Amino acid sequence: MTVLTINGLSVALPSGGDRALAVEGVSLSVAKGETLCLVGESGSGKSVIAQAVMGMLPPQLPITAGSIAFDGAPLPAQRSDAFLRLRSVRMAMIFQDASASLDPLRRVGDQLEEIAEVHGIDRAARKRKVAEILQAVRLPDPAKLARAYPHQLSGGQAQRVVIAAALLLDPELLIADEPTTALDVTTQAEILALIDDLRRERGTAVLFITHDFGVVSDIADRVVVLRQGEIVETGAAKTLLADPQHPYTRTLLAAATARGAPRDTERSDVVMAAQNIHLTYGLGGLFNRREVEAVKDVSLTLHRGRTTAVVGESGSGKSSLARCLLRLEEVTSGTITFEGRDITHLHGAEMQALRKRIQVVLQDPFGALNPRRTIGSAIAEGPIIHGASKAEARAKAEELLDLVGLTPQAFDRHPHEFSGGQRQRICIARALALDPDVLIADESVSALDVSIQAQILDLFRELQARLGFTMLFITHDLRVAAAIADDLLVMQNGRAVEQGDAAEIFANPQQPYTQALLAAAPGKDLPEVSAA
Amino acid sequence: MIGYIGSRLLRAVVTLLITITLVFVFIRFSGDPAAALAPPDAPQEVIDQYRRALGLDQPLWKQYTAYLGQLLQGEFGYSIHTGLSSAQVFMGRLPSTLLLGGSALAIALLLGLPLGAIGALNRGKPIDRFAMGFSVFAFALPNFLFGLIIILVGALVFQTYVGASPDSFVDVFFPALTLGLASMGAFARFARSSLLETINAPFMVAAEARGIGGRRRLLRHALPNAAIPLVTLIGLSLGGLIAGSVVTEQVFGWPGVGQLLVRSVATRDIAMVQFIVLAVAVTMITANLIVDLLYLLIDPRIRSK
Repeated sequence: MTVLTINGLSVALPSGGDRALAVEGVSLSVAKGETLCLVGESGSGKSVIAQAVMGMLPPQLPITAGSIAFDGAPLPAQRSDAFLRLRSVRMAMIFQDASASLDPLRRVGDQLEEIAEVHGIDRAARKRKVAEILQAVRLPDPAKLARAYPHQLSGGQAQRVVIAAALLLDPELLIADEPTTALDVTTQAEILALIDDLRRERGTAVLFITHDFGVVSDIADRVVVLRQGEIVETGAAKTLLADPQHPYTRTLLAAATARGAPRDTERSDVVMAAQNIHLTYGLGGLFNRREVEAVKDVSLTLHRGRTTAVVGESGSGKSSLARCLLRLEEVTSGTITFEGRDITHLHGAEMQALRKRIQVVLQDPFGALNPRRTIGSAIAEGPIIHGASKAEARAKAEELLDLVGLTPQAFDRHPHEFSGGQRQRICIARALALDPDVLIADESVSALDVSIQAQILDLFRELQARLGFTMLFITHDLRVAAAIADDLLVMQNGRAVEQGDAAEIFANPQQPYTQALLAAAPGKDLPEVSAA
Repeated sequence: MIGYIGSRLLRAVVTLLITITLVFVFIRFSGDPAAALAPPDAPQEVIDQYRRALGLDQPLWKQYTAYLGQLLQGEFGYSIHTGLSSAQVFMGRLPSTLLLGGSALAIALLLGLPLGAIGALNRGKPIDRFAMGFSVFAFALPNFLFGLIIILVGALVFQTYVGASPDSFVDVFFPALTLGLASMGAFARFARSSLLETINAPFMVAAEARGIGGRRRLLRHALPNAAIPLVTLIGLSLGGLIAGSVVTEQVFGWPGVGQLLVRSVATRDIAMVQFIVLAVAVTMITANLIVDLLYLLIDPRIRSK
């Protein structure tokens, strides 16, 4: 039985956008008890389709053609009050950032009850329904959780609460818009399993929006691949994953299965090393002082020209480790050496001179560039500070722009004129402007679309082969680590759980935590695909 | 939570102590009080007598500890011109200043918050631009100018002197409007941006997707969240209740603390100035403390710190 039918849907974009239609001629359907994955990158129009189904398209995005039918009947006009009776009751939606989709000032239980209340359910039934659904999403101690405020929930708990809110009134359709993208892999695996179980138990139709073919392979019955508002490929999950037809599908699939070719770089001389470092932060004020051990007894050796990936979930201490090596944090104990010299407590002019040899590329390419400065001045600033003449710095910057795949014309332009991927290229050029020996990349591809991710990873590898720098790559994404690492360090709760040759660890993880992490990564069953 | 309250209380006490010390130091170094107190043609012996009487011949640290001791006992010195205790003179002036400042704050809130909300809910429309244009104008208009215009219009058109004595509605309303206009503008702009931020927040979109109607979303979810940053702003205005009306009181000849302060400074009435400055500092600190504690009530995120 078909719950949702979309027929030839087109939605216009405001004039002046990069294209005329946000969504063009999209047709799809979701049946009872089925999971349809809508796959696409940012700007593909997948969220616009979800908004249209929920009746929440803003006036600037009018439907220009096509129809949406729910359970055989056409949907009311966008944003009309008639939708208030459909939402939660017959269709529900969950979003990427679960804790942000809860009112921070109200208790979780009250927010769930409110949904039942506005849909006319009496007080006693409300309480019972809320208790039932919190149980159904497998929250530990549901009664206690109902009294909690959103900020007291972990990411996974918040997503469970939001799923509970969506399924409270037992709707026929659940739209899930990237619900696991912001979660750690192990939590992601749990939430995916939960959504799948609830679908089976309740016969809910699920429209699952994602960019990640790993997730698709774990959860989808059927797949629709969307690119720039148009469907490029559609089919049953099994056939489409095994034999993708469209080159774009192949690109996305390749990103989800990236297994780096093993490289035969020998372990040469040690550039930088950390011995038994600890980092303890003091938190709180005078009255409630407590200490958090972010890094516990971690040792690490960076060999020249090789890439070491540090993987771990949020709170594992991987970024704190990077900050220690960058000497942005003073380690509590342990030593850091650079080319054999102890730099643990180096300061002043000597530290300043060392800074140019260890550079960093951060996660958010939008926040990392000063919007008021030209690209050229951002790249040239470092060399000028370290004594280059203006002309030299400019020549260097133009050379680097060329090296990272941008035209020299970019020199005089501003960050807002570039896409996320291009900005990350600029950030890389800026880091390389000082000819560093060590480049630390902290989640440098995590904010990018998967196809762009692949390009940036290629760029890192290419530049490393050419310039010979040593790289420390921090990431939460095992696939990224697999694609780029020669050596691997797995962190959990501030400790190094497992470290060694990357290919060996991926093939044969020794520690239970590493095994669990690898098992939780989505898309284990995906066949290996090379990008067309 | 106890840590939070403790640290705020400690901070308030430390701020107060620093203020008291600064007041003490500045008054000692801004000229010789004894010379100011004595008749202009008094011989040196008379001045010295005054110095001894006031304890000014003691070393500075002794004067300081004596001063602290007096403060702790509630002795704030005597106003030179009236001969009354400075606290008594201050208290005599306080009600009319509170009346003026309180009415001004009420006007600023009652006009400013709705104006900001109207702007936010009609973002980009002409009514929004009008509301915001008006609040910028109100904010930018100097209150001595607006006050003078009111007085002028009252005198020329209505043949009356507005603000002569604070006993009729008109006499309170117009000085209060003069004083409150600038904060009204600030409130309106602040309320608008705060509300805009919350109505576009992800939890508002999620509430819409859960079938919660527009009015309920606004009243139950958007307004409480938008109010949080406004509490700070309102708290700061509360702190300025006593000291904020100096100019307005001068313009309207309002018999309040502001006028008293100006006169006491002009006549070097040291005990009086000292007391007023202390009173202003204490209200500021108390208002800030109240705001900090209020946050505990309205924001669960701070409660669990």
